[in-house]
Amino acid sequence: MTIQNQTTLYTMIIYSENFAGILNQITAVFTRRQVNIESLNVCASSTPGVHKYTITCYCTEEMAIMLTKQIEKKIDVLQAHYFTDEDIFTMEACLLKLSTQGIMENPAVGHIVRQHGARIVEVNPTYSIVEMKGNTDNILSLFQKLDEMKVVLQFVRSGRIAVTKLRVELLDKYLAERELEQ
Amino acid sequence: MPAKMKQENNQATEKGTRISGAEALMRSLEHEGVDVLFGYPGGAIMPTYDALYDHRDKLHHILVRHEQGAVHAAQGYARVSGRVGCAIVTSGPGAMNTITGVADAMIDSTPVVVICGQVSTAMLGTDAFQEVDVIGVTQPISKWAYQIRRAEDVAWAVSRAFFIARSGRPGPVVLDFARDAQTGMVDYKPAQVDFIRSYRPVPTPSDDIIRMTAQMVNLSLRPLVLVGQGVELGNAREELRHFIEKAQMPAACTLLGLSALPSDHPLNMGMLGMHGNLAPNVMTNQCDVLIAVGMRFDDRVTGNLKTYAPQAHIVHFDIDPSEIDKNVRTTLAVVGDCKETLRRVTELIDEARHDEWIAGFEPYKDKERARVIEPAIHPTEGPLLMGEVVRAVSEASEHRAVLVTDVGQNQMFGCRYFQYSEPRSVVTSGGCGTMGFGLPAAIGATFGAPERTVCLFVGDGGLQMTIQELGTIMEQKAPVKIILLNNNYLGNVRQWQYMFFHKRYSFTPMLNPDYEQIASAYGIPSRTVIERADLDDAIREMLTTDGPYLLQCAVKEEDNVLPMTPPGGSVDEMLLEVE
Repeated sequence: MTIQNQTTLYTMIIYSENFAGILNQITAVFTRRQVNIESLNVCASSTPGVHKYTITCYCTEEMAIMLTKQIEKKIDVLQAHYFTDEDIFTMEACLLKLSTQGIMENPAVGHIVRQHGARIVEVNPTYSIVEMKGNTDNILSLFQKLDEMKVVLQFVRSGRIAVTKLRVELLDKYLAERELEQ
Repeated sequence: MPAKMKQENNQATEKGTRISGAEALMRSLEHEGVDVLFGYPGGAIMPTYDALYDHRDKLHHILVRHEQGAVHAAQGYARVSGRVGCAIVTSGPGAMNTITGVADAMIDSTPVVVICGQVSTAMLGTDAFQEVDVIGVTQPISKWAYQIRRAEDVAWAVSRAFFIARSGRPGPVVLDFARDAQTGMVDYKPAQVDFIRSYRPVPTPSDDIIRMTAQMVNLSLRPLVLVGQGVELGNAREELRHFIEKAQMPAACTLLGLSALPSDHPLNMGMLGMHGNLAPNVMTNQCDVLIAVGMRFDDRVTGNLKTYAPQAHIVHFDIDPSEIDKNVRTTLAVVGDCKETLRRVTELIDEARHDEWIAGFEPYKDKERARVIEPAIHPTEGPLLMGEVVRAVSEASEHRAVLVTDVGQNQMFGCRYFQYSEPRSVVTSGGCGTMGFGLPAAIGATFGAPERTVCLFVGDGGLQMTIQELGTIMEQKAPVKIILLNNNYLGNVRQWQYMFFHKRYSFTPMLNPDYEQIASAYGIPSRTVIERADLDDAIREMLTTDGPYLLQCAVKEEDNVLPMTPPGGSVDEMLLEVE
């Protein structure tokens, strides 16, 4: 992944109990260490009562270690791990609201949409909706090209979601250990 | 209790009785063994204070004069007793006045539980009278912060709070208690939380780590052990002593770890840090293995990190994994309870002698003794010095008193020249450096260790920050021996202005009130010492007077704490004199 100022894009995968306020506690750790969050996704995990946070940021590995340790220190955080892009499967999504008239006037728009593997999910006389799944670079490439054609009315990109390539499920292992310890 | 947390309430077997949430709090506190509370009532906590009225025989409530004092007093209580200190205040401003204390307890790993009133749940988020987002404010500075919104959650939340506060690396917990949760009714059953699946308070290091650590100690020719507060918190004084004695390893203590090793122990080389002793600071950069136990490599200890012990392998014993490699890169991390890890490593290390290495400390000790210590504690002329007052009080109390300090020069002179023979004998605001900490913390210490003499060293600046707590002393007859080191300056800042800001004393000289009159107004006996010849008699009078006492010492106005590692400097480049 792109290197910015000797830093690497790390993806933090964090699991916590479903308590109010934990997201604040997690993001405060980044703020305190002056690390910008590039993207953030929070949702219920496959384990009932456990929430999963997927956070990306540029930092050094030393900082990634410190961040995950500080996050894991929070009482209701179960686990925090950091990964590089080689360690995980990732996906992002985006939605583009385009001017239908602009599309009609410039046939290259449709070509670019197809070229990026995006698809048109709604068309009406005023606007058309395009959705795309992929990685950050491809999504940004689609946006930039369409934006140059001045057809973009709105653009939104999701946070990254990720699953690890490990053959062991870290959370399951942890919960099993804790159950034994109890 | 949230449904998913049911596994934590695994011993709630008593048959329930229907009571209010406020009454449930009282019973839960008693269930946790609380017998002293420091607090201040107000609107949103009134139902709880009403319940407290019926429990005042078992729960001794100390009415402080400001909520900040409640938390500092709870800290002082916790630090000397090893128990969880408890403070109780109202919502909004009451809760906000505890913030400094909560942050202070967090950075100094002090177990306190702060219970704040809060507006009713229906009013939350409406900017109601005395409503503040206490959870939002305290989450980043506490170990755990939780809002109790239902009477049913009280027993569980209190038990969880005390478990979190005292276990692992201790710290402050804030319970934000909504008013309708106080008045709501509940079938009360005591809770016993001693397991939280997301929280591992005491990690256990592998046998390999223990073996490798022992091997590193055995191979070391010039070991140096750094003793932090973790040794006291882990009740590991004996284990530490066996560890250093078996391999004859010199040791030095951090500010908060000073009483973890008796001052007169032959292997105790003194205090670390910016104003610590010369020998251990210099030898930090000459040892081959630096063994840190229960300390966090604070910047006041390390000075410039780039020049901090670059030659040494660093072994770090700590209970908190997030402290490892935070400031200093370690060779080996022994993450666990030091009472246990020290014992395991000590079993595997060889008996050894390091006489030559230890002898290497002596020239630095002699140098500091001649140029700094003797002139500070045994001056023969000129005005009284802080150092001589501190040492005289320590000697008069046979080095067995609890030392409480405020922050500034009084703190540095206090910690440097007091001597320690008993555990849990230092109560000072180390990480936060909170002026105003001393007086309320000393009050708390008298309740935490009622059998001991509590000596507070405080400056004229810090005393006035929480001076209203003289009212608490008066009411409780708390036997705090207040030694006011009055130099008519904010001394530490003045020293820095002298050294680093071209002697431009920007707002550090201070016009003082008549402290003896103030003490008199509170019914506290007092005396002022100006002449050196009167000092011993005044100290004797202070220590033999029952109850509180204020001893004001008119000390040299422009004294400097030395030695000193200048900010950003290296630990082995301490200044012994000020130019």
